[in-house]
Amino acid sequence: METKETVQVNNESVFNVTDLSVSYGDFVAIKNVNMDITKNKITAFIGPSGCGKSTLIRTFNRMNDLILGAKVNGTITYQGVDLYDKMVDPVQVRRRIGMVFQKPNPFPKTIKENITFGLKVNNMTDNIDDRVEKALTQAALWDEVKDDLDKNALELSGGQQQRLCIARTIAVEPDTILMDEPCSALDPVATKKIEDLMQELVKEFSILIVTHNMQQASRSSDYCAFFTTKTSDDGKRRTGELVEFNETSVMFTTPDKELTEQYISGRFG
Amino acid sequence: MENVNNLRNQLTKTITRPIEKIVKLFITASAFGAILVSISIIFTLLTEAINFFQDPAVTFKGYFTATRWTPTFQNPEYGVIVLISSTLYIAVIACLISFPLGLFSAIYLSEFATKRTRKVIKPVLEVLAGVPTVVFGYFALNWITPNIIQRFIPGTGVFNALSAGIAVGIMIIPTVASISDDALNAVPNSLRNGSLALGATRRITSLKIMFPAALSGIIASFILGFSRAIGETMIVTIAGGQYPELNLDPRSAMYTITSSIVNVSLGDTPHGTTAYNALFALGITLFIMTFILNIGSDYVARKYRKEYE
Repeated sequence: METKETVQVNNESVFNVTDLSVSYGDFVAIKNVNMDITKNKITAFIGPSGCGKSTLIRTFNRMNDLILGAKVNGTITYQGVDLYDKMVDPVQVRRRIGMVFQKPNPFPKTIKENITFGLKVNNMTDNIDDRVEKALTQAALWDEVKDDLDKNALELSGGQQQRLCIARTIAVEPDTILMDEPCSALDPVATKKIEDLMQELVKEFSILIVTHNMQQASRSSDYCAFFTTKTSDDGKRRTGELVEFNETSVMFTTPDKELTEQYISGRFG
Repeated sequence: MENVNNLRNQLTKTITRPIEKIVKLFITASAFGAILVSISIIFTLLTEAINFFQDPAVTFKGYFTATRWTPTFQNPEYGVIVLISSTLYIAVIACLISFPLGLFSAIYLSEFATKRTRKVIKPVLEVLAGVPTVVFGYFALNWITPNIIQRFIPGTGVFNALSAGIAVGIMIIPTVASISDDALNAVPNSLRNGSLALGATRRITSLKIMFPAALSGIIASFILGFSRAIGETMIVTIAGGQYPELNLDPRSAMYTITSSIVNVSLGDTPHGTTAYNALFALGITLFIMTFILNIGSDYVARKYRKEYE
């Protein structure tokens, strides 16, 4: 594609976040975030509501651009390229960094069209049937829908809809998938399926996931970032901050910070 | 036991609350009043229309096949097809103007405009909806016809279907734009995000995802706009002329259902004559046309609402 002048700063990390803060108008949603996101690993963002995890994950594919008044300070580099450089086209960014949302949001079209839409947008119209099959297979949905590809996607169950959304995201061959609480609208069985799927996908993609579910983070992530909210002195403003960023196994057994330990053990949040 | 009796006394109806009853009566009367008025309108239209068809000079066949509408002539002819075709002709011109412009405004407003622009443009569109149609009529007659139509299409009459159609079209742009805008806004934002997250541009997102998802609401706005164009009276009376024969030349005057009703009722046609009763036959014809369109629009809109439940 057009902008393939990537500089490999670090083979291991896909994103480097430096002094990042995001604000909406006067309201600072999250500030002072520094982290490196490792390639082909699952990185989970956890923390109480309002701590800015969803805001943060949306900066990785510039979805925050769509919110009026949203402003990003600091830098995020993606494979060495500053994502917020003036010359960077957010449309090209989103073609490489896919996103799965909190509520399944299939298009009101057929199952097949849900996949082919992204393929057409990205000019990937060669072998389109193979690509559809591959994506649905990777998303562990093929066997359930292979005979109903022309059925309206809204007729699928919630879990199937979410796997369809994952399928349409991976069909366009991104290298990173952002997941914003992908299981919060799903039952435990469907959640389990998505978690298993993530373990398969991480072989090929880097995955960032926001989750409210502590078990989910401990079960399925390799790295974990814990955020919390700090209330300003006058008590009026709450701003999200990164408390601890660590390997998941370390964070859930011997966290560095007292606050993390309290949150994980359920004594707060 | 004594406690229970005390409580019972406290809870017994003692106050009659007359205002509650009056208000309830008034509200109920208003609601049923509207129905009553509708029924009496239909009743009046029907009885007078029946009188019309009882005249031996009038036949159902003639009503639908004659190619002249001349009820006040020596040998009257009642070819409603002249009026229906003129009505539809002008309405189609109006739709050619208002559907694209209304829809594009709606897509612009819901998909591209910033909040600030939206705050300016929406009220302006609503002002357009508030302009009295008589103003549009004289706008068509005194401005559109001489400055646009006659300049570019020489040989056009002072009264012509094109000018009237364009003015009706401008008049219904706000209807189409506002309902289409509502339809686009009713599409969940998550669909827009889903499309953009796949690397689709705003243009592709609005045309390939948002537009189809809002299609039934947009169609409903089209049907409603068409129905308003058919029922429009003032503009076509002022700018459309009264040519009583079947013709399909946009440069010539035409005679719509509504403008013929206006003309007969403004003239000195005596009560009870067939020419006078013809008004009611026209009234019910128009009523049936717009009624079917409104039901259609309602049906489409309802179908559309189901999609995201």
